[in-house]
Amino acid sequence: MLNERIKPIVMPKWGLSMSEGKVTGWLKRPGSTISIGDELLEVETDKITNVVEAGETGVLRRVLGEPGTVYPVKALIAVLAEPDVPDDDIDAFINAYAVPAGEDGDGEAEAGPQYHTAETPAGTIRYAKRGESGPTILLVHGFGGDLDNWLFTIDALAEKATVYALDLPGHGQSTKQIADASLSGLSQAVLGFLDTVGVERAHFVGHSMGGAVSMRTALDAPGRVASLSLIASAGLGEQIDGGYIQGFVGATSRRDLKPVLETLFADRGLVSRQMVDDLLKYKRLDGVDEALRALSASLFAEGRQASVLVSGIADARTPTLVVWGEEDRVIPADHAQALANTAQVAVIPGAGHMVQMEAAGKVNALLKEHIAKAS
Amino acid sequence: MSRKISMKQAINEALDLEMRRDPTVIVMGEDIVGGTGAQGEDDAWGGVLGVTKGLYAKHGDRLMDTPLSESAYIGAAIGAAACGLRPVAELMFLDFMGVCFDQIFNQAAKFRYMFGGKAETPVVIRGMVGAGFRAAAQHSQMLTPLFTHIPGLKVVCPSNAYDAKGLLIQSIRDNDPVIFCEHKNLYGLECEVPAESYAIPFGEANVLRDGDDVTIVSYGLTVHRAMEAATALAKDGTEAEVIDLRTLSPIDWDTIVESVERTGRLVVVDEAHPRCNLATDIAAFVGQNAFGALKAGIQMVTAPHTPVPFAPSLEDLYVPSADSIASAVRRTLSPKGASPRIAA
Repeated sequence: MLNERIKPIVMPKWGLSMSEGKVTGWLKRPGSTISIGDELLEVETDKITNVVEAGETGVLRRVLGEPGTVYPVKALIAVLAEPDVPDDDIDAFINAYAVPAGEDGDGEAEAGPQYHTAETPAGTIRYAKRGESGPTILLVHGFGGDLDNWLFTIDALAEKATVYALDLPGHGQSTKQIADASLSGLSQAVLGFLDTVGVERAHFVGHSMGGAVSMRTALDAPGRVASLSLIASAGLGEQIDGGYIQGFVGATSRRDLKPVLETLFADRGLVSRQMVDDLLKYKRLDGVDEALRALSASLFAEGRQASVLVSGIADARTPTLVVWGEEDRVIPADHAQALANTAQVAVIPGAGHMVQMEAAGKVNALLKEHIAKAS
Repeated sequence: MSRKISMKQAINEALDLEMRRDPTVIVMGEDIVGGTGAQGEDDAWGGVLGVTKGLYAKHGDRLMDTPLSESAYIGAAIGAAACGLRPVAELMFLDFMGVCFDQIFNQAAKFRYMFGGKAETPVVIRGMVGAGFRAAAQHSQMLTPLFTHIPGLKVVCPSNAYDAKGLLIQSIRDNDPVIFCEHKNLYGLECEVPAESYAIPFGEANVLRDGDDVTIVSYGLTVHRAMEAATALAKDGTEAEVIDLRTLSPIDWDTIVESVERTGRLVVVDEAHPRCNLATDIAAFVGQNAFGALKAGIQMVTAPHTPVPFAPSLEDLYVPSADSIASAVRRTLSPKGASPRIAA
């Protein structure tokens, strides 16, 4: 009795470890007409709170997810349908709805390991791989980040691509040894990773320091970079908030780290207890402090960026997209204009440095469009 | 890489990693290997509850089975520390510390001070604390207040496997004597623990739960009871902030005071006896330094002033429960913090 005119809205799965989420509030009322991209509701996970956007059109006929209640991933929380679909059909659909098997909690074993590791010339690199078809995309996180910075990105891109996200050396669960803490050194590590997993050429999506690493790679090994997507990227100007870098490197307690992390978002409330705890756990690992100090000394000494790659990239003719959050407090949003003559530039209001998390729907749409055009 | 392991495994892993990293780390104690030098199975015992099991195969003679004389081998460990090794001495049940008070309180804790900072004593004395194991009055005490009373000692009491590993690694790397208190009823509790080495700094409490209505401070096993109480209270609309001290010396006064300044209410939970313990210490500190922030009298939930009973039914009543913690929270919500609520 599948009625294709009735469209379920379910608890989303953000990132590899999410098994449930709490509905914190609805942004649309029952009866509202919904377009693709409309913000429907807010969901809170132990990692972060974010907005669920509509992926389909219709009228919001039923709202089932109660604010304050926790639901498993894929649980039915609302129903979209055109106004002429009878109420009885919608009730029947709701009654018959079952959470798809293998997705609720115990799906991990069937889906295989969430993370992989590769033994590369730079050491052990942890990565995630999503999707099987289409062009190959590589996601490169920023300073102090890890592949989970792509929580809201990786699955969206993997619908029509093969997506890799790695932890750079010194980061996440990759080796904490950094042989060469320069952009070239990190770029070599990334190329070594691509060699190990057998990828010749990829669309590079880099955030912050990862954007500069991606640009360095496009300059040194242009054949391996099909396109560049630079998100709040380093390497497009000298300015950077040195206080953020110093604060992040120096913080050893939750009380010190939380205000530093709040710099990353336009909405400071997005910094959850779990986000702070996860980063503290990372920073306590042997070798991380040395790695972060080496990188910050090499790349961001005295509150300035050591490498500006604008002229090289402008000449390189690699298809390039530049995305920024207008309220970025780490690297100023006007750096987005550095490549305005040769690249597509989008500055997104209401978002900060972690624009790919704070405005995931918009950034994902830009990335998909750019990569499709460049493929 | 992170995976779920028990607190017992986490402690074993911390010892293994530090012995690999630093050749001056040695481990000693009663039956920590089990039957070394005798015929029969190597590593037959691995400590009374198997915490050190398997380390002998990896590190051989850097683990030493000692005679049943705490005063002798704790003294030897402290002497070895003063001479450049980093011994980890297992005292089995920390209740047995009485016979080596001089070595610990009067020697190890005093060396740095009395020798003008020229002597360091990087020794860790680890062992079991706490009730609920049906081990009777001489093997069940929470003696943490005795240790925190002595300047020169650092005192650690983890509540979970992640903290146990990082705090034990920090304890071994620390240049002062550390009393590392392992609650025996937490040994089996599992959580996510990275396989790599990491150190948790001393004096950093862990805020396990945010709340604006009341602050609950605890450590060790009763942290879990406090979390249960907080979950129950949330159903009635009371949001408790739960602070796990992790280390008792040094203690993270800032986190406690900042929380109380926000919530205005404090409940301190301590498995130790009620007189002169962590609960009275914290209550006094907050009373002296944040009195203006308090909206109600501070409540303390502790074990009673009796030996730990052997009768299981009585022992179960002995340790602070989630119910007793929740009741204490409700008392702070009443006018004047004591009498039952009469009017809104």
